[in-house]
Amino acid sequence: MKIKSQQDLWAGLMFIAFGLFFILFAMGTPEFLDKLVGTRLIPGYQMGSSVRMGPAYFPVVLGGLLAVLGLLVLLDSVVSEGPEVPKFHFRPLIWIGLSSLAFAYLLKPLGLVLASAALVFVSAYGGHEFKWKEVAIMSVVLVIFSVLVFVKGLALPFPICPDFIEVCPIR
Amino acid sequence: MEGIFGNLAIGFVEVFKLQPVTMWGMTLQHVPFNIIMCLIGCLLGTLIGVLPGIGPVATIAMLLPVTFNLSPIAALIMLAGIYYGAQYGGSTTAILVNIPGESSSVVTCLDGYQMARQGRAGPALATAAIGSFFAGCVSTLVVAMFAPPLAEVALKFGPAEYFSLMVLGLVAAVVLAHGSLIKAIAMVILGLLLGLVGTDVNSGVLRFAFGISELADGIGFVTVAMGMFGICEIIANLEQKESREIFTSSVGKLMPSKEDWKRMIMPILRGTALGSALGILPGGGALLASFGAYTLEKKVSKYSHEFGKGAIEGVAAPESANNAGAQTSFIPLLTLGIPSNAVMALMIGAMMIQGIAPGPQVMTERPQLFWGMICSMWVGNLMLVILNLPLIGMWIKLLTVPYRYLYPSILLFMAIGVFSISNQPFDCFLMAVFGLLGYVCVKLGCEPAPLILGFILGPLMEENLRRAMLLSRGDPWVFISPSKPISMGFLIASVALLVIIAAPSLRKKREEVFVEET
Repeated sequence: MKIKSQQDLWAGLMFIAFGLFFILFAMGTPEFLDKLVGTRLIPGYQMGSSVRMGPAYFPVVLGGLLAVLGLLVLLDSVVSEGPEVPKFHFRPLIWIGLSSLAFAYLLKPLGLVLASAALVFVSAYGGHEFKWKEVAIMSVVLVIFSVLVFVKGLALPFPICPDFIEVCPIR
Repeated sequence: MEGIFGNLAIGFVEVFKLQPVTMWGMTLQHVPFNIIMCLIGCLLGTLIGVLPGIGPVATIAMLLPVTFNLSPIAALIMLAGIYYGAQYGGSTTAILVNIPGESSSVVTCLDGYQMARQGRAGPALATAAIGSFFAGCVSTLVVAMFAPPLAEVALKFGPAEYFSLMVLGLVAAVVLAHGSLIKAIAMVILGLLLGLVGTDVNSGVLRFAFGISELADGIGFVTVAMGMFGICEIIANLEQKESREIFTSSVGKLMPSKEDWKRMIMPILRGTALGSALGILPGGGALLASFGAYTLEKKVSKYSHEFGKGAIEGVAAPESANNAGAQTSFIPLLTLGIPSNAVMALMIGAMMIQGIAPGPQVMTERPQLFWGMICSMWVGNLMLVILNLPLIGMWIKLLTVPYRYLYPSILLFMAIGVFSISNQPFDCFLMAVFGLLGYVCVKLGCEPAPLILGFILGPLMEENLRRAMLLSRGDPWVFISPSKPISMGFLIASVALLVIIAAPSLRKKREEVFVEET
């Protein structure tokens, strides 16, 4: 059997995985597996009946549907020609992701000024060219802008300065 | 007719209402706050819509948090303004740079860009603005006329009808998605499942939260939208080398010539009519409208040989149609509470955040809000014409800003917006995760838009399914029983749509249409 469409192959697998994932966590692990291990691995939720649907009912139905559709996509991948999966570019993916994480987890301890600067620097590193001077100017402008607009204008409850500075110069 | 004008009067009073406003510690007594929000919305929307590589969905998602602190009416007026502005900005980039800011201005590229290359960018931009404005006026009236009767019908819907209607809405929306139909349906279902994360309203059970306390209220809808559209678009844009060809110097005079006026009148009328009609359909909206109008115009116009070489009809018709369609697609949203496309899904999300349950009761329970929003559509369109034609030079300057300056700013605003929702780092983390998911999906040929629709409708669908099944004592045939003809009709229509689209001959045609577009 030859895979004619790499794209469909992986898309199908992804849908099947998501479908089974939701079914597994809605229904809980099957009994034989629990017996094998000796404990209830994933408790699951109540199925209920079709009259009174429990919390597991709809997710299980949908998860099943999703898995079936995934299977159809998978079958299609050996039947009809399709495109290759385009190349993944890991550089922007990683740095863009990291920059939003850096901002999120630095904001409370370090304040808006440093967290924004961190975001700008890290995300700029994911681009095609990284010029220190440019990025530095950009981060200064953006920091001033976001302090003025978001903290002063829209009154978001963000700390401006780091925790360890007792008297913040910007108020 | 009288009823309509009475209702529109309520709306205009609301839009122009003077109210006290407190800002920066100062309180001003008589401020036309709603109209100012409309203006800011239009400006921001155009500003971001003009920037290449950011579509209206990402624009609205990015600016949603700005509206959190506003009153519901001001927030919705501003969002509607952002939407038109983004759409308008999209056509500007289509004409000047040959990059459609969004899918519905793809056809505008064909003739608009050619006009720009012939040094007639000014008239092309003006035609787009005039056509859009005319279409906006007409479709505002259409919304005002059709919304009340539809809402009245919808008020009689029970849970079975609602469930079936949502199925139809999702199917119709999927049929119009690009690429594979099965993948689009799978994306809808994945969206529905993700919408279920959080506390189950009926049983109070925490579902799919994995012990993460931040997930108790479910996944934030803004978070998903920003991740799947915003982050994903940025990453995708960074993959490509920057190359843009801009006609900065050759915009020339704006006013179309007498000949141009003569040639654009009929296409604008036809485009408006077709756009208004197509926009009302579930799954319709701006995209279908602009494609339909371009095709129609090419068939009926006596200048059809000029199409693709800079025919003014090829700008006037689709631009009027997509604006008309964009507005009338508010009808299913406002009367039924069903989003017909990703932008409308964002509007529903915004309404929910403001504590308004979208649906037919909005019109009767909050007439000011309902009619105020409809009137703001017209005002917003007027503002776009008045503001944007003089400001065109500024928008062109913006086009020349390199992407490496733009994306860190966009990213920062998105991160601040998402963080501000619940003041926790976890939402930004989720945004990054959804950015990754969106990126993977795009690489695997799965459009993210259907997922957002499903995500919004997930909890609603489950709720209505449960109620319908409870009322029918567990009989699944309730959805297609003769005692519920409306529900049966919706389901038959959905199946018919799927069958028609899956039929081999049409499938080929559909693929051709979408290939042409991309």
